[in-house]
Amino acid sequence: MKIIFFAKIRELIGKEEENIILPENIITVNDMVSFLKQYNKIYYNVFENYDFFIACDEELVDMDYNISKTKEIAIFPPVTGG
Amino acid sequence: MIDIRIQSKGFNFEKEIKKFQKTKIDGAVVCFLGSVRDLESEEELKKLEIEYYPKMAKKVLKETAKKAFDKWNLSQCLIIHRFGKLNVNESIVLIITQTKHRKDAFRANEYIIDFLKINAPFWKKEHTNRKSYWVEQNKKDIDMSI
Repeated sequence: MKIIFFAKIRELIGKEEENIILPENIITVNDMVSFLKQYNKIYYNVFENYDFFIACDEELVDMDYNISKTKEIAIFPPVTGG
Repeated sequence: MIDIRIQSKGFNFEKEIKKFQKTKIDGAVVCFLGSVRDLESEEELKKLEIEYYPKMAKKVLKETAKKAFDKWNLSQCLIIHRFGKLNVNESIVLIITQTKHRKDAFRANEYIIDFLKINAPFWKKEHTNRKSYWVEQNKKDIDMSI
């Protein structure tokens, strides 16, 4: 799974993207977040202490969204455009 | 016609409005121009950096313009949003809406900027004479869109 990061989240994670093979039991966004929190301390810190949004293939999604057909996941802070 | 542009270079909003007037489809044209403002503190803003998620930003702006287009029966709609490092007073965003009646043009324009502020994946980082930090989302923007 390709995961990309933007803005403050990108700086906290320390990279622009990561390719991670998710286990088969990871079905939803919530599952993925739980998995990443155990994956390393950096993800744990981000998901525990910062506001974030998740987009699957360029669509904002909720935590119960099924990611089984998703090609690209983006994780980013609340937007501040305009 | 819907025209969406995301670009690093500046734009001339007078030229863009004139293009709308030239086509003379409908009489009411409303323009919103957002610019980089200086900080209301002792710090001096050196640059405002705008980062964005290219594929999603274009998609969100297109969908937002399309919704406004259909809801207020627009004849034309232009959205330009810049990215990169900008100076104080430089333009960031331009929204032009055109329709038959002024109220619809105003409402459509306001809808687009309000929606964009809390949904389009752009992020601002302020570089001041003392430090650099990411701008936090303004709660007022969220309240205004509800």
